[in-house]
Amino acid sequence: MGARKSIRIGAGAGTSDDRMVPALEMAERGDLDYLVFECLAERTVARENLARTKDPDAGYTPSLHERLRLVLPACMQQKVRIVSNMGAANPLGGARAARREARELGLGDVPVAVVLGDDVTSVVRHHPELTILETGEPLEAIMPKIASANAYLGADVICEALNTGAPIVLTGRVADPSLFIAPMLHEFGWSYEDYSLLAQGTATGHLLECTASVSGGCFGWPGKKEVPDLARLGYPIGVVSDDGSVIITKTPGSGGRVDVMTCTEQLIYEMHDPTAYITPDCVLDITGLSLTQAGPDQVRVAGAQARPRTDTLKVTIGYAEGYIGEGEVSYGGIDAVARAKWAAEVVQERLRLRGFTYEDFRVDLIGMSSLHGDPDSRPEPYEVRLRLAGRTDNRKAAHAIGFETRAMHINGPGGAGGACEPRVRDVLAVKSVLLPRRFVNPQIAVEGEL
Amino acid sequence: MSVRVYDLAHSRAGDKGNTSNISVICYDAKDWDFLCRELTSERVLHAFRHIAKGPVRRYEIPNLKALNFVIDNALGGGVTRSLAQDIHGKSLSNVMLGIELPDPPRAGA
Repeated sequence: MGARKSIRIGAGAGTSDDRMVPALEMAERGDLDYLVFECLAERTVARENLARTKDPDAGYTPSLHERLRLVLPACMQQKVRIVSNMGAANPLGGARAARREARELGLGDVPVAVVLGDDVTSVVRHHPELTILETGEPLEAIMPKIASANAYLGADVICEALNTGAPIVLTGRVADPSLFIAPMLHEFGWSYEDYSLLAQGTATGHLLECTASVSGGCFGWPGKKEVPDLARLGYPIGVVSDDGSVIITKTPGSGGRVDVMTCTEQLIYEMHDPTAYITPDCVLDITGLSLTQAGPDQVRVAGAQARPRTDTLKVTIGYAEGYIGEGEVSYGGIDAVARAKWAAEVVQERLRLRGFTYEDFRVDLIGMSSLHGDPDSRPEPYEVRLRLAGRTDNRKAAHAIGFETRAMHINGPGGAGGACEPRVRDVLAVKSVLLPRRFVNPQIAVEGEL
Repeated sequence: MSVRVYDLAHSRAGDKGNTSNISVICYDAKDWDFLCRELTSERVLHAFRHIAKGPVRRYEIPNLKALNFVIDNALGGGVTRSLAQDIHGKSLSNVMLGIELPDPPRAGA
């Protein structure tokens, strides 16, 4: 436990594709104690597991190199500790990569603590009776196709890793808010019986986990919801005190806004029942929560409530489900939509004639109905981009969609232009099960000398 | 005369598997009762009929003057399998904002 009464936790990434520079600005000017990088989407660990099967040193988040190279000098100088799930499917490999980056930056021998035990692939293989949450089927239904299974670990084991004193903590799959709660447990000695404190911590983690989404990103609307200096959007910082009081703010001098509106949108984001937001740390209830403006770009969070954590952990199961093939081509001017629709029919007939079948197939008129459907009620645009996509177990069939769409240039209705190259991607689908905690064994390890 | 959700509230869509959750947050607390009364699950499912099979669950969060709609079977089988361009359904909040509601509240009422 530390001696501090209040800590500042910055959110430096909310997805593996998140922007880089805001984390540096935050490390330099945010007066931070902790910098958290959240880089794992539902399917990312499954993808990194596949990368690791091809190369045993791979399997951590590839952007780890660039992100750490950027922020490590400032973080080491200002004693900002880094907590991240960029360990993905290979936290030990990620730790070795982080230590290499530190050495190459001239920062010396930096120890890295890692969280292990989220990989439960071998465990779930012995439990075909587990129920798939999305479909209600037994896990047995997808057992032969399973590529990975990872349990969402909580803040307790991340806190243990922080207790080692290592400047950097890397995890695999953990719940996103838990990355933020761990520093609070570590600094303030909160326990799992302190429900109101865990609730405040979880609400804070949830508000911060998508970075700019709480500080003016994914928000602006011209003339309606203005966002100042959006190009220089700053990332959020949680100022958390040992009594559970919380202020959400952002990097001083950056663009964007933090107010009750931005915080409310992010608080409800990806939440279902507002009385039961289940994490590995607690069951959060936001129906007594208040958000109040405490100053410019400062919002006070109060009144979060929670019930004890459940006795199961959610497990994301990645499994191979064939291929998605895609093609696109454009039509403009007179009768653009009619020519696009004709082309769609011709492509589909040619795919049938070649003997290809698809489990799922979709025709989009981009500019008209690709996002919200209902093409028959939409006004016709001047130009339209036809997109065809299908899912199949047959790679050739997937490729043929883009191939036949591109062929519209000279084999379809008149005036087709700008077709893209045929696109094919592997489908790594995910499903979830709940696994009793007793089957999961979270652990820590340290790379380097403490 | 009708009013759109857009005129009274802001909104954000999130995804979990094949389920979309879409918040509706009042700009002004005085519109809360009207939105609660008129923005029903049935009306929302009708607006999303070309996109989602449903069902739709509606949660009221009065302390935030917000509704949360949880729409099942809305994301083409889920982020990882969907053939859609917008696999996360991030643009779906704009369908919500476009919903027209009858009998708008009168100023000062």
